[in-house]
Amino acid sequence: MRRAGTSRSGRDAGAGTMAATFFGEVVKAPCRAGTEDEEEEEEEGKRETAEDREVRRQLARKREVRLFRRQTKTSLEVSLLEKYPCSKFIIAIGNNAVAFLSSFVMNSGVWEEVGCANLWNEWCRTTDTTHLSPAEAFCVFYHLKSSPSVVLCQCSCYVAEDQQYQWLEKVFGSCARKNMQVTILTCRHVTDYKTSESTSSLHSPFLKALKTQNFKEPPCCSLLEQPNIVHDLPAAVLSYCQVWRIPAVLYLCYTDVMKLDLITVEAFKPILSSRSLKGLVKNIPQSTEILKKLMTTNEIQSNIYT
Amino acid sequence: MFVPCGESVPDLAGYTFLMPAVSVGNVGQLAMDLIISTLNMCKIGYFYTDCLVPMVGNNPYATAEENSTELSINAEIYALPSKKLVALQLRSIFIKYKSKPFCEKLLSWVKSSNCAKVIVLSSSHSYHRNDLQLRSTPFRYLLTPCVQKSVQTKIMSLNWEEMEKSPCIPEIDDSEFCIRIPGGGITKTLYDEGCSKEIAMVILLKFVSEGDNIPDALGLVEYLNEWLQILKPCCDDPTASALRWKMPSSWRLLFGSGLPPALF
Repeated sequence: MRRAGTSRSGRDAGAGTMAATFFGEVVKAPCRAGTEDEEEEEEEGKRETAEDREVRRQLARKREVRLFRRQTKTSLEVSLLEKYPCSKFIIAIGNNAVAFLSSFVMNSGVWEEVGCANLWNEWCRTTDTTHLSPAEAFCVFYHLKSSPSVVLCQCSCYVAEDQQYQWLEKVFGSCARKNMQVTILTCRHVTDYKTSESTSSLHSPFLKALKTQNFKEPPCCSLLEQPNIVHDLPAAVLSYCQVWRIPAVLYLCYTDVMKLDLITVEAFKPILSSRSLKGLVKNIPQSTEILKKLMTTNEIQSNIYT
Repeated sequence: MFVPCGESVPDLAGYTFLMPAVSVGNVGQLAMDLIISTLNMCKIGYFYTDCLVPMVGNNPYATAEENSTELSINAEIYALPSKKLVALQLRSIFIKYKSKPFCEKLLSWVKSSNCAKVIVLSSSHSYHRNDLQLRSTPFRYLLTPCVQKSVQTKIMSLNWEEMEKSPCIPEIDDSEFCIRIPGGGITKTLYDEGCSKEIAMVILLKFVSEGDNIPDALGLVEYLNEWLQILKPCCDDPTASALRWKMPSSWRLLFGSGLPPALF
C-alpha cells in the first residue's frame, strides 16, 4: 500500500519538463507544446471515480453558455441568428471596442436588446445578469429597430477557450448563414505584435485587419502581417466565418493601454467610413462628447494622497 | 469535421495521410510546415473542430504579396495529388479533455476517406531516455499491427530503431512494459486508436528538448524522406539537407520581436 502511494507521487513529480539552468540546478520548465495536460488527463481518466466524473459534469454545467432574453427571463430555444436573421452582424469584444460602438454607433437610432449571454469562468464571474450595472462584464445583443437585420453585440466579458465554440453555436447556430456580413472589433496589447523592429519604437495605438476569403471590400487599414496571429473569441468568430464562407473582417487595435482609454477608442475611427458601419453612424461630434462622458464615469480616481 | 474549400469533396482514397502530434518542441508541426511549404501543397479544406483553441492569421506559407492575404485557421488540410499525399497541420493546443475526442473524430474521418496509411510526426522528451537510448540514434518508429507488409519490409530494410517499451510504472520493479511516449501529446492516443480501429499507422518521432527545434524538425523530415523519398536523397551533409527544405515565411520572428537598440 505504501509503495503504491510512493509511486503516485513519484509519477506526478516526473510529469513536468525538467531543464537544467546555467548554475546546474534542475528546474521544472513549462512545455511549450502544452503536453503536460495530456499525460495528466490520461492518468486522471484511469483514476477517475464516479464522484470525479460528477464533479466534472457539474463544472461543465456551470461553465455552459446560456442565451436568454432579460425582458422575459426566458432562454432562447434556437440560436440567436436563427431567431433574428441578420444581414449585418457587428461585434465589439473588450471594453475599448465596446466603448467605440456605444459612442459612435449606438448613439443614433433605437437599439432594442434581443438577447444576453450568461456565462461563468474564472475571469468573468457574473452569475446574475438580470441586474447588471454598466461597469460589470457582460455580453448583450441588440438589433436596430428601424432595420432589424442589423444585429450588434457588445461583449465585455472574457469567453474562455472551452466556451468559445458553445458561444458560436448559441449565436450563429450550426448551419452557415451566407447572406450576412460580420464585423469584429477588438484590442490587443502592442507587445503581442511581432515585428523586426522593437515594439518600443511602434507608435501605438494602431489598427490592423484580418479578413475572410469572401470579404471583397478593401479594409480600412493595412492587413495583419505574418507571423502575427489572433486568439480567443475574435479568432473563433473569424474561423467560423472563413470555414463557412461568410464575408467577415476583424479590426484589431494594438494598444499599450488595455483599460478604457480615449486614444485607443478613437483609433477605431477609420472604420466609420467602411460599408459595414455606413448608415449607422450619424453624429460624430456628439459621439466624441458621449465618449468623453463614458471615460469620466469609468475613471477610478487615483490619488497618491488618498 | 472536414469542410472542403471548394464545392466538391476531394477523393482521398489511397492517399497517405500525414499529420503532426502537438508534442515537445512542436517538432511534428514544424516538420509539417517544412513539408507543406517545400512541396507547395495546396489547401483543400479545414478540419473544423471544438477540440482545439481557436486561432487565425494570414497565410503562413505566403511567398508574395498576392498570396499573403489568405486567412488560415488552427486545423487545415493540404494535398499534393501527384504524390497522393494529404497533410493535416495543427496550429494550436488541445482544449482540456478534448484530445481523445479529437483523435477519435479525426481517425474516423481518415478511415471513411479510405486513406492507405497514416503517418504521425511527433517527438518525445529527450530527458526520459534510458541508458541504451542515450547511446543510439534519437529517431524512433512505431507501427500499428495492420500496417501493410510492404511498408513493414521497407522500414526493416532501413535499419531503423523501433520505439522500445518501458515500464508502465517506472517506480515499481516488476511493472509491466508498455509503449510510453512522454511529451508526445496525442501520439499515444492516436496509436491506441489506430490499433483498435485497425488503421495502418506509422509513427515517426525524435527525442528532443525544448529550445530552437528547427534542426530537430529538419532531422525528422529527413528521417521521413529516407522512407517516403518525397525529395531526392542527397549526401549526408546537414547544411545541404537544410537548404533543400523551404522554411515558410511564418517562421520569421520565432523568438519574438526585434530588440530595442537602447538595450545596447
